[in-house]
Amino acid sequence: MMEEEKLMKQELSAMKEQVSSPNTSMKQMREVMVRAMYCEMLGYDASFTYIHAIKLAQQGSVLEKRVGYLAVSLFLSEGHELLLLLVNTVLKDLQSTNLIEACMALTVVAQVFPKDMIPAVLPLVEDKLSHPKEIIRRKAVLALYKFYLIAPNQVQHIHAKFRKALCDKDPGVMTSSLHIYLQLIRESPEGYKDLTGSFVAIMKQVVGGKLPMDFYYHNVPAPWLQIQLLRILSLLGREDQSTSELMYEVLDESLRRAEMNHNITYAILYECVKAIYTIHPKAELLEKAARCIGNFVLSPKINLKYLGLKALTYVVQHDAKLALQHQMTIIECLDHSDFTIKRETLELLFRITNAQNVTVIVEKMLDFLRGCKDEHTIIHLTMNDVFSIGGDSLQQDVPNNFLRLLAEGSECKEEDDELRLIAVDSYLTVLKGDASHLPQHFLQVMSWVLGEYSHLQECVDQREVIRLLTKLLDERSVSSETRVWILSALTKIPEGQTDLIQELAESLSSSQDTVLRQQAQELRHLSRDSQLQECVLPRGAPWDSMEVDSSLSFLDGFVSEALAAGAAPYKPPHQRQEELSEERALNLEPYSFSLPVSLSSCSITDRQSPTLLSVSSGVSGNSTELSQKEGSSTLILEGVKRVWGKDGYLPQKETAATAPPVDEPGIAVNPSGQQEAAERIEPQPEPSTRNQDKQQLASSLFVGLGTQSSISLLGKSEAPPPRFRKKPRPHESSSSSSSGTSERSSDSSSRSPHSKTDSFLYGSLLEEEPVTCTSTTTNGLSQNKHAEGERRANTSQILGSDMVIVRPNTIQDRHPPSVSSDLTALLPSEIKDLPHSDVISLTSDPSLSLASCRMFRDEALLLVIFICNCTETVIKDVAVQLTCEELETASLRGNVVDCLEGKSTSVCHYALLMDEPHTNVSFTGTVSYQTQPGHTNTLPFSGTLSTTDFIRPLVITTEEYGKLWLSLSHDVKQNLKLLTDAGGDPLKTTLNALKDALQLHVVDIIGSEGIVACRLLSGAPCLLHCRVNGSALAVWLRSPHPSFPDCIMYHCQRALAEL
Amino acid sequence: MVNKQGQTRLSKYYEQVELGKRAALEADMVRGCLARRKEECSFVEYKDYKLVYRQYAALFIVVGITENENELSIYELVHNFVEVLDKYFSRVGLTLQLQVVMFKSEKR
Repeated sequence: MMEEEKLMKQELSAMKEQVSSPNTSMKQMREVMVRAMYCEMLGYDASFTYIHAIKLAQQGSVLEKRVGYLAVSLFLSEGHELLLLLVNTVLKDLQSTNLIEACMALTVVAQVFPKDMIPAVLPLVEDKLSHPKEIIRRKAVLALYKFYLIAPNQVQHIHAKFRKALCDKDPGVMTSSLHIYLQLIRESPEGYKDLTGSFVAIMKQVVGGKLPMDFYYHNVPAPWLQIQLLRILSLLGREDQSTSELMYEVLDESLRRAEMNHNITYAILYECVKAIYTIHPKAELLEKAARCIGNFVLSPKINLKYLGLKALTYVVQHDAKLALQHQMTIIECLDHSDFTIKRETLELLFRITNAQNVTVIVEKMLDFLRGCKDEHTIIHLTMNDVFSIGGDSLQQDVPNNFLRLLAEGSECKEEDDELRLIAVDSYLTVLKGDASHLPQHFLQVMSWVLGEYSHLQECVDQREVIRLLTKLLDERSVSSETRVWILSALTKIPEGQTDLIQELAESLSSSQDTVLRQQAQELRHLSRDSQLQECVLPRGAPWDSMEVDSSLSFLDGFVSEALAAGAAPYKPPHQRQEELSEERALNLEPYSFSLPVSLSSCSITDRQSPTLLSVSSGVSGNSTELSQKEGSSTLILEGVKRVWGKDGYLPQKETAATAPPVDEPGIAVNPSGQQEAAERIEPQPEPSTRNQDKQQLASSLFVGLGTQSSISLLGKSEAPPPRFRKKPRPHESSSSSSSGTSERSSDSSSRSPHSKTDSFLYGSLLEEEPVTCTSTTTNGLSQNKHAEGERRANTSQILGSDMVIVRPNTIQDRHPPSVSSDLTALLPSEIKDLPHSDVISLTSDPSLSLASCRMFRDEALLLVIFICNCTETVIKDVAVQLTCEELETASLRGNVVDCLEGKSTSVCHYALLMDEPHTNVSFTGTVSYQTQPGHTNTLPFSGTLSTTDFIRPLVITTEEYGKLWLSLSHDVKQNLKLLTDAGGDPLKTTLNALKDALQLHVVDIIGSEGIVACRLLSGAPCLLHCRVNGSALAVWLRSPHPSFPDCIMYHCQRALAEL
Repeated sequence: MVNKQGQTRLSKYYEQVELGKRAALEADMVRGCLARRKEECSFVEYKDYKLVYRQYAALFIVVGITENENELSIYELVHNFVEVLDKYFSRVGLTLQLQVVMFKSEKR
């Protein structure tokens, strides 16, 4: 480090010399700039070069100018005075015919120009919006975006131009305009509802793969653009049903499309799920989105898990029950070694906090807080929220624990103080607002913290604190117990404010409440005598160094005097009660926990956490049993447990919890206590016990999120599904059913007849359950052996209605019957999930057999050829050659294999393009191979392809259809057979049949007319207008391509004839 | 962009941060990222920001984002950025390291 500094100093002084020398050329100056930038990046001031950077931008040639501009944008922040010197240069460059200069000027304007310099360049930047070059238009839009951010008023008049940018033919310009729109819509969604259609259309085009390949990232079209659009859509659709309805389709589409297993598709899915939960809900979409989250949360990839938790955190605000499906994952994440994951899980828990589970959740948060010291600020704020929500339902111990944590602190004094300061600050803010509705426990915590630590915050006026606390005292809703807390806090606030305190003490000394009156008296005395105060309440003393004489020995003299004077001896409360109950003959009350958790007898002279106050007050006299228990500083955990027993799920809890805790004072009561009891009855394998712990935790965390039967998202469940799921441990199910304690849970799971909901909930956790949606992403080779039908169903569910996964072999009928579909398992992963045809055998000889399969990609047909080695020996130098005059080969893969092992299969695939429509095309090819060195065999093969293999649905709206229709020139009219036998609407039936056979997109059906669209791969469209005419279907086709309509017509006729 | 030793190789600020505070800020940020293990996720909380980091051989690329950003998309954006660099300069990692070495040796 020292060495670096020395070097930098040397470098800087050398540079200083160089820039001040008149002989330094522009080129050298450029060099200096680069060095200066590096110095600044390492944190060394190089401000003496700033002016030279501007000079370089002003006077240099293009390359030097570029470096100059770059340096300026790095060195000069917005509003730096030197920027004024740049205005003229920028103006000149903006008008330059040199594209690079104009670009640089626009960039620097967008980066560093301050508000007051915008008017100077605005007209020029505005002009650039209609520049012929797209890069200039894009930069201009971005500059305007920046202007909008810093001075929205100045660009108000060009909103219409933003719309033009949105409709720009260049996707890049359109993309940059979305930044502006996202901002505008975030501020006022109402003004931009009319643009929803446009955004949806853009999204559709992007998702539909209409963008040039330049915009693809790992085969995903413009992912960041998609994310941006999804954000815009969600803002537009929020709380607006009619707008939301416009986007359901595209959201659905985008969920379906993003099935590829790549991070970026998950990033899109995340936004998509968020959007679906933000806009006006649609059950079907919500269901799909929820399933998506499952894929995230259960992913072994930690980044996806994180995002899943984040998504879950977002959606549980809308539907808390969703958390139930993932309870076990959440529990596991809670114990995750990764801090970020833990933190996100707590955030999630915080969102599902309700009156029943608040105790457990806060416990968890406190645990977390103890575990990590550096991040507690955020948690602390979360705690505040929990207190204000959960409030009165909190057990006494929760705030006590919290205060304890604050008071005990960690090893590091600074961190503790920081945390305390944050507490003080945040509570003061809370108190300045309306505090009357806040829960009593929260008020108590606040007053204690303020009393104890407000002196740490120097910038806070103590009088202000006193005023706030006094105001609280006057609040009607504040209970007298809380008042006591407040008063003790006031006592602790430092001297010097005697006048206020005196006043307060006077007013309270006539209070009805004896405790209050007593405190007011003490307060008055203490505030008069600062020496006494110092002695009683030593500032800043660590609480554990204070000795509390719990036996009250200093009173011994007084007691003996009183006894001597004939007073009755003191009896501890329980003894008194016993005597009382003996008198009453029958005691119907259960023995209650005898520690009085009230502050009625607490003395203000204690400068400690109220936990101890209440403890020492309860320990008065000779109740040693209690003092031992409390002395070990265990917290009042019984309270937590009782809640579990009452509201928690596990039945064995009830048995344990019915025994009053006082009955077994010797047993340390901790959360695993019941587990121990259960183990005594029936020993269980260790992992399952841990598992049960988790389940127990789950039941206490997720209690109150839904009744047992309402977990079902689909609402189809017949039997109540089990409350929590088990981890897929092989031995688990047997061990848990053998355990008598978890009888109910195993019982209900065997009773439930694996309804749809169940299998969905269990989905990927229990292997024996039927796998539904998750299978498509997880199924590997082994699962492909399952019936093809299942795969068909699975994938088509995701691909939706427009693309049928397996197409019937229409013209291939004369080929040999299809061979084993096992071959599809060999498909490379990147194309495996594409819709495909059956695998058909092409040819074979004693050594090799060839099979082929057609796969349908949007922009091409993939012809996959499987080359199987039928022998046991290795075949070498296998090479496939394919020829087809009518088609163009866009790419090929795997057509040469050096060495094919015995009984193995190699896959090669050709991406074929059809530019000119042909009804049928045939391909021929040969495979050459060597069974022995030097001895080459060839095996010829051939096959046919149909135009239908190259037709893709064209997804457009009715409006777009209308526009397109008018622009097309070549048309064909013909009558087709109308399918009337199916019973339903003949038009619909016929169109659906055509749709399935030819991959058409049915745009709309209105009355007796239907409009349908398709295209030749990603090229020429063809529009069909169908009208029912008696018993026939009059079809009118239009396309920019002369022979395409004829071709489609031919296939339509064929398809209908075959039905 | 920082190396495994935590030295800054390239930095770009989109909000004004005083020059003097940058080095400390960077060191602090980087410490948080370097301390994490491989099996932990690539996102860390840092003050009001989330840090998204990605490792390429001995180089770390760290991006600070706001809470409402999509971490995974940024994670991939980093990769996109690296891919672009790779295309322009071929073998980015190597180049960057070399450049740094050259720069240092020139200074001596």
